[in-house]
Amino acid sequence: MNMADLSISKDKLDILGKLNVMAENLTGAFSLRVDGSPYAKGSSANVTITAKKDLPGIDIHVKAGTRGEKIHIPVILTQTGIKDLVYNDFYIGENCDVEIVAGCGIHNHGHEDSAHDGIHSFHIGKNARVFYSEKHYGESVPQSGKNIMNPTTIIDIAEGGYMEMDTVQISGVDNTIRKTKGKLGDGAVLKITERIMTDGEQYAETQFEVDLDGADSGTHVISRSVARDNSRQLFISNVNGNNRCSGHTECDAIIMDAASVSAVPKISANSTDASLIHEAAIGKIAGEQLVKLMTLGLTEKEAEDRIINGFIQ
Amino acid sequence: MLEIRNLSFITPEGKTILHDINLSVDGTNEKFVAITGPNGSGKSTLAKIIAGILTPTTGQILLDGVDITGMSITERARNGVTFAFQQPVRFKGITVRDIINIAAGRELSLDEACNYLSEVGLCARDYIDREINESLSGGELKRIEIATAFARSTKLTIFDEPEAGIDLWSFQSLIKVFEKMNRSINGQILIISHQERILSFAQKIILLSAGEIKAYGTGEEVMPLLMGNDAGSLQYECAKRGE
Repeated sequence: MNMADLSISKDKLDILGKLNVMAENLTGAFSLRVDGSPYAKGSSANVTITAKKDLPGIDIHVKAGTRGEKIHIPVILTQTGIKDLVYNDFYIGENCDVEIVAGCGIHNHGHEDSAHDGIHSFHIGKNARVFYSEKHYGESVPQSGKNIMNPTTIIDIAEGGYMEMDTVQISGVDNTIRKTKGKLGDGAVLKITERIMTDGEQYAETQFEVDLDGADSGTHVISRSVARDNSRQLFISNVNGNNRCSGHTECDAIIMDAASVSAVPKISANSTDASLIHEAAIGKIAGEQLVKLMTLGLTEKEAEDRIINGFIQ
Repeated sequence: MLEIRNLSFITPEGKTILHDINLSVDGTNEKFVAITGPNGSGKSTLAKIIAGILTPTTGQILLDGVDITGMSITERARNGVTFAFQQPVRFKGITVRDIINIAAGRELSLDEACNYLSEVGLCARDYIDREINESLSGGELKRIEIATAFARSTKLTIFDEPEAGIDLWSFQSLIKVFEKMNRSINGQILIISHQERILSFAQKIILLSAGEIKAYGTGEEVMPLLMGNDAGSLQYECAKRGE
């Protein structure tokens, strides 16, 4: 299928662009969901994407040994008042090395709330590697309804598997509860990087729960966030070391204006060979950082923007 | 030409840090000038006032005849003042390349950016994309700070104790950097230092003690005051302030 077949309007392409998805990415194995319905999808020789029979959503099967393939599965909402719920299941065969680009973009120009709840389950085979990125983006007009996104990601990694998850929410999402659960087998590794910026009256909640069940399994969770205006953020992490394993969570937040940020870390070692660390830091931009950049010729505002952009990029 | 007229700095608690400083540093013949003196003599305060980080209680600062006293840090930076911190600042998410580009005021090519790092003895490609965070040692940060000052190449560059907080090995190579800088600079350098090696090749030395200029002259004139005869008087000043 080529782009001419898809006939995607410019406004939709604009939102897809915000999710780093270009028209040319929607070929081979891909899925595009628009306004609560499947819009287009395709499969490749090694990746089969099929619609679920009993639930909204898709099953993505990646053949064992597939390497270097990139799969895009964006979702966009362009009509106000849509409540979209979707279940996507990923079955990644043994020894794969693939990249998956997900994301949700909402353009809400009406008075009703627009919501997308995406429940993604990953079943990662032995020694497979997955790089998974998801970007959440919203845009509204004045007095429009809220943009709501509640992504849930459930990750099961078999022996020797590796997954890296890069999740970004920079702008325009009014309310979000982001849940990520991981269960790791022997030697499996899960690395999660989260970057969030909230402003206005927005609320963002993150819940990480990782069970390090396998011997020599490991996880590294990095959350960096900026809270501006009256926005609120809550970061909850829960890492369970149930074997010889290592876990490291870092929550770093810059707080500005009248915002509020809470970090609730929990690490539980259920094995004497578990090594777990949690670091959390919340604070305003350090004055000396602003001064340093101002001595290099930036204005205070430029310095602030530079520090924030660096922090969450 | 840097001129300082009747400059004083009194803390909100009423403590006098600098008292009636008058200074004229000729930009043509005095390109590399050292400021020295005991700890607490007001050296860093003076440097921060010139950079606009602190506001003087009274007095004026002129750079090439332009009164910069009322200018913000940013305006001074844009008018040719660079300040290299004694304790370089760490950032999360800002790389060495970013800071050099900000300093240069434009996106440098990889080669250009790397040249500045090579100048300070860093293997450029190992550092250029590293974040300026806790993973860098004090010596590495110091060199990056100096490379950043090079990249700005402004009329006036102030270094606040570049030797502070670095190991001896780094110090030896740092001295070489300043020797080279001394030979090749276009602008004017004010360097706060306690190090004899640095003082030895400064064209002029300003000796500050207890917030006042005790001497301003060539090394030959000022060094004896540090080494011999007047060392006692400096010790006296320190004792007087309880240091």
